[in-house]
Formats: sequence, C-alpha cells, structure tokens
Amino acid sequence: MPAVTETIDTVQSVTEGAYKWGFETDIEMEFAPKGLNEDIVRFISAKKKEPQWLLDWRLKAFAIWQKMEEPLWAAVKYPPIDYQDAYYYAAPKAGPKSLDEVDPELLKTYAKLGIPLKEQAFLAGVEGAGESPADARMPVAIDAVFDSVSVATSYKERLGKEGIIFCSISEAVQTHPELIRQYLGTVVPQGDNFYAALNSAVFTDGSFVYIPKGVRCPMELSTYFRINAKSTGQFERTLIIADEGSTVSYLEGCTAPMRDENQLHAAVVELVALDDASIKYSTVQNWYPGDAEGRGGIYNFVTKRAQCRGRRSKVSWTQVETGSAITWKYPSCVLLGDDSVGEFYSVAITNNRQQADTGTKMIHVGKRTTSTIISKGISAGRGQNTYRGLVRVAPTASGARNFTQCDSLLIGDQCGAHTVPYIENRCMTAKTEHEATTSRIAEDQLFYCRQRGMTQEEAVGLIVNGFCREVLKELPMEFAVEAQKLLQISLEGSVG
Amino acid sequence: MLRIEGLTAEVEGKQILKGIDLEVPAGEIHAIMGPNGSGKSTLSYVLSGREGYEITGGSVTFDGRDLLAMEPEERAATGLFLAFQYPVELPGVGNALFLRTALNAVRRARGEPELDAMQFLKVARERLKALQIQEDMLKRGVNVGFSGGEKKRNEVLQMALLQPRMAILDETDSGLDIDALKIVSDGVNAQRGPGFSALVITHYQRLLDYIVPDRVHVLMGGRIVQSGGPELAKQLEETGYASVQAAA
Ligand SMILES: Nc1ncnc2c1ncn2[C@@H]1O[C@H](COP(=O)(O)OP(=O)(O)OP(=O)(O)O)[C@@H](O)[C@H]1O
Ligand SMILES: [Mg+2]
Repeated sequence: MPAVTETIDTVQSVTEGAYKWGFETDIEMEFAPKGLNEDIVRFISAKKKEPQWLLDWRLKAFAIWQKMEEPLWAAVKYPPIDYQDAYYYAAPKAGPKSLDEVDPELLKTYAKLGIPLKEQAFLAGVEGAGESPADARMPVAIDAVFDSVSVATSYKERLGKEGIIFCSISEAVQTHPELIRQYLGTVVPQGDNFYAALNSAVFTDGSFVYIPKGVRCPMELSTYFRINAKSTGQFERTLIIADEGSTVSYLEGCTAPMRDENQLHAAVVELVALDDASIKYSTVQNWYPGDAEGRGGIYNFVTKRAQCRGRRSKVSWTQVETGSAITWKYPSCVLLGDDSVGEFYSVAITNNRQQADTGTKMIHVGKRTTSTIISKGISAGRGQNTYRGLVRVAPTASGARNFTQCDSLLIGDQCGAHTVPYIENRCMTAKTEHEATTSRIAEDQLFYCRQRGMTQEEAVGLIVNGFCREVLKELPMEFAVEAQKLLQISLEGSVG
Repeated sequence: MLRIEGLTAEVEGKQILKGIDLEVPAGEIHAIMGPNGSGKSTLSYVLSGREGYEITGGSVTFDGRDLLAMEPEERAATGLFLAFQYPVELPGVGNALFLRTALNAVRRARGEPELDAMQFLKVARERLKALQIQEDMLKRGVNVGFSGGEKKRNEVLQMALLQPRMAILDETDSGLDIDALKIVSDGVNAQRGPGFSALVITHYQRLLDYIVPDRVHVLMGGRIVQSGGPELAKQLEETGYASVQAAA
C-alpha cells in the first residue's frame, strides 16, 4: 500500500536528529597515546596506582587477547575495527573529586542528560537544594562515569552506614583490594571471549558494589556512563557482590555524542549472589545509534554475567536496548546454587540501520533451578534484530525449569527479526518451554488510536509499550517511565 | 454543522461512494440505513480520515472547516468521533491508559488541562456506572478478549468520555443484547443537545425506537437514494430495500 511507504518515510524524516543526547562537552581531557600495546596497559594501571597483582592480571589478559580472534558468529555486519586507531584512556584533566568540587561543565552535562546537579546535591545532603517537587522522588545513588573515569558518586556516606560499599572500581581497588582480588574475573575470566579479554586488559573504570550479609540496600544504585571524547573506546568494568541474604537493585544508563565515527564500548559486568541474596540489574541502554544512513554510532560489545552461587539466590536482568549502532550482548546467569533463580527481561529496538544480536544464557547446574526469559524485539526502518539465547541444563540440575518467550514486532517491511534459541537439556527431570511470536503494528490499530485524538507517534508509542509491557513492569518504577518515553522517541514516526 | 457535498471515493481503485450529499445540522441525529456493502462504513472511514481511501470528488465541511484536509487526530480534536463497527484490539495496552491518553489528547487540543491517573479514574468511574460496565474492563487490554457486546459498550464509553460534537456510530447496536441496547441508547441520548449531532448507522429499526432520529437516509450503491423522517425506517423494516431501489 502506498500509505505504508508514506508512513515509513515519515519515520525516516522524524528519526533523523531525534537523538537528544548527542551533544559534546567541552572540557580539558587527558589522553593516553593512541593505540594499544603493553605500554598502554601499564600506563592505565599506573594512572590508577594499581597494585602489581592487578597489573599482572591485565598483562595476562592482554597476552590472551592478542592470540584471540574477533567473534564473527553474531548476525551483525560491520567493517573491521582497527584497534590501534583509538584512545584507550581519556579522562577529564581535573580528575575525580568530591561532589561539590566536580567541574561545573561536567555537572552541566549530567544535568542536561536528566541527571540534575541539584538532585545530586540534594542526594548528597547539601542544604538549600530539593525545594521543587521533582526532588521528592525516591533517592537514587549515582556513580557517574565520564569517558574512562568515574567523576562522582553520590550518597556514599548514607550507604556506608549500612556497610554498603558503592564506589568506582578504581577506588575499590585502593580501599577494598581484598574484595577485588577475591572476586574480579571469577565470573567472567580474562580469556572468556575476545571483548572480555580486551576489557580485562584496558578497563578504566566502572562501579563496584558490595552489599553485606542481610542488608537490603535502601535505595536504587545507579551508574551513568557517558562517552564524550572523540576516538575513544569505553571499557568499564562493574562488579557487584550480594552477600548472604542481601538485596540490591542496580540500574545503568548510558549516552554518547552524535559523531560519524563508530566508537567501541566493550564492558564487562560481573554479578555474584550468595545464599538467599537477590540482585536486580536494570539497563536502559541509549548509546548513540548512528544516523539514518548508518553513519556513526556505538558498537556495544559487552559481556554481562551473573553467578548465583548461593542456594535460593536470585539474579534478574532487565534491559531496554534502544541505542547503539550494533549491540552484541547476552546477560547471562550461571545457576550454581540449588533453588537459585535467573531471569532475563529484554526489550531491544532497532530502527534505521541499527543491528542488535542480543539474548541470554541460562546455565542450570543446581537442583530445582528456574529461569525465565522474556524477550521483546522491535524492528523498524532497516533495523535487524536477533534474539540469540542458550538454555543449558546440566545433568546435576534435577527438577530444573526454564520458560522462554520471544516476541518480535515489525514496523515496516525493510526490517528483520530473527530468533535463534539453543536448548541443551542433559537432565531427564528438567523441563524447558519455548514460545515465539512475530507480529506487525497493524494500520487499523494506528487508525483506531488516531481517531481517538492521538498523534501517530503517540499511537506507536502506546502500541509498542503495550507490546513490551511484561518487560517494562520489571523496571524500577521511576525508570519505567523514562524507558517508556525512550521507546517512543526511538521509534518516532517509524510506522508502516 | 456537518455538510457533505457530491462526495465520491475509491478503495483500491474501486469506486464505492458515488456522490453523497448529506447535511446534519447541529443538535440533530440522523440515521443511515442500507444493505450490506452499500458503503456505510466506507463513508464513516472517509469522514474520519482513514488511510487507503482516495477521495475523487466533492467536499466535506465541519463547522465550515474543510474536514478532508485534516489529519485523523485533528478531526478527533475538533470533536468528530467514530464508534467502530469492528473495534480494534490493542494487546498489552491497558484500557485505562488508552482511554486516558485519548482523553488527554483531546483535552490538550481543546486547551484544557490534562488529567492525571487519579483524576481520570474519577471521571471514568462515573461513566462506567452510567453504562453499567464492570470496572475491571479498565484494567484489561483494549478490546482484547472482550465479547462483541463489551466491545461496543467500550466504544460508547469512549464517546461518553471524549464528549464529541459529532459522533458516527457504525452499527453500534449490532451484537448488543436487549438490556445493553437500552443502556447504550440511554448513553447516546444523554449526549443529545444543541452541541451534539450524530450519524447512526444501523440495520435495525429497533435501535431507532430508542434513539429517535431527526432524519433517516437510505444509502445504496454509494448514493443516498431516499431520505425521510423516522417513519421511513419503519417502512423499510416492512418492505425491505427492494421497494427503495424501485423508487430510486
Ligand atoms: N479495502 C477494501 N478493498 C476492497 N474493497 C473494499 C475495501 N473496503 C471496502 N470495500 C468494498 O466497499 C464496499 C462497501 O463496503 P462498506 O464496508 O462500506 O459497506 P457497508 O455498507 O458498511 O456494509 P455492512 O452493512 O456489511 O457493514 C464493499 O463492496 C466492500 O467490499
Ligand atoms: Mg459497515
């Protein structure tokens, strides 16, 4: 129908320039020399005044990486990456400081990104802030990572009273080396995969969280990642440990300026849940996706994995992936403890020329372990969206259960949706279930909404949010609202 | 208020509306009857601006404004409402959210303040009560798993909330049980007044006992072939459309 082509055109015109987070901050930066070699690894380690064991650990990772090949099995296409043509360390010259000393340019940047200074000040207990109703929201402790370093962490003091450690990983290396040494790389080893090895060699910052035994973390913890500098990669590393009987909810958000070069983001996230501990990890990923022709955008190649080591431990991944030119990401759960629970809730949107190959791995080892996978893929424009998932049940996992549901929504006729589920069940008493659907936004649905007064964008937003409802309801309340808006913006006009 | 002149329209290259002339003054309710496939729903879609209908001639004005030049949502904002013959399902979209989004879209267009969830619930509850609709219908997905009659009642609920100035009811009576027919008719009659007009499309004279129209028009083969008072509907019920065809 001609009407369809027309609406697809509208998409194109509206989506261009719709990325609101694409500005650049002008701030004095310090860079490591371009390129990657052992000296760069040493440079980063020295910058961070790391102990010898960590430098050795990095160098080992670098040696492993050099022998590895880039993985090519994902359903994504991109020109070869020149790993020598990037900066592996970029940090604001002023360096990390206490909250009230942070460079005003940086604070402005975060305010522009919707992470207002005032709120941060309020969160940190500064007088005089917090008069407007917007500040009455539930407090969120924030660690802000700008290019290669953490620039500020709020709320530390209050969390400290509960024995909770929430700081940048660089700081944790100095202040809690025993915890870092005990846990770093135990979930995602240096040689796990190409990008994880690269990250292990050159990771610059990220967040560290430790929740002591029996403590329920009283507020959301959040890290906000921002790539700002040109030609830099961002390699952050996050480590979260939930000790016995503890509970934590953690959220990460991310954005980057609009540029016509591709920038690499290769993060590693490791989660450890001990007996009866529960970790909820939510991501709202909004890296710059590139323009309508596919120029620029972030390559988001990340490794996220959780080990449910304890009995009855639980890890829940929720991700809303709207950004990045290419997303390569499989947040996984290794269910070691008996009766442990793994969950993966995902919304992935690809519009224009975006490509996403994302999904999860649920590895059942412990008895009666259960996992749930709900994946919602939305493709618009020329976007390509692949769900790739593995459910592996070891012979030891008697009584294990998995339920997987993968739904795809297509908008227009030039996009693609693919579902690649692998199921390896080696246990007679385990049960796995898989359901998949593919649907389109129908013209009559849009017309119905518009007849009721909604604009095309509102209508698409409403329908898409309906499609994603099961996932969005897993997000912490405040972020669910943000995510809904983001979904709508990512798809502006993308109707067919 | 609504003035249609010489309106012709095609669907997929096939001419369906072949010159419609119709005027519905403010405050009046007109009924449209006509055999299956005569173009009644097509007319309602053309008036509300659905894609895929090509207007090949004629004009439509609403309060003197060119209706055909407006986007569907603009038409809704100026007060045009269509109760669909086949209400559309929106899986996962909560009915309450849908209704509130619609109401706020229209309120915005009218320069009225938007309602938050609590305020909306208060307004919605009153309407639900009047239409004897169970409150759990607000929590369900829009029209998903609704019975035929529930869907129609949900349409009338939307009309009651949006307070249009001109409502087109496309076979809203089809699929309603006797009690529901009465409730829905009361709902429409409650809107009646100098600021409300309606085009009521129906196959059944029975509805017109409840919603007594000012005029009745017979649409056949893409044209209005006969118009008259409420008695025309009664006459059709007895003689069928063959007699009209002969007369036309
Ligand atoms: N999308 C379409 N493609 C082809 N023909 C169409 C399309 N839409 C409508 N028509 C045709 O237009 C004619 C009028 O249809 P319309 O739905 O307006 O009839 P109606 O008067 O509402 O009938 P009913 O009383 O059965 O509801 C029919 O012959 C129908 O098949
Ligand atoms: Mg019809």
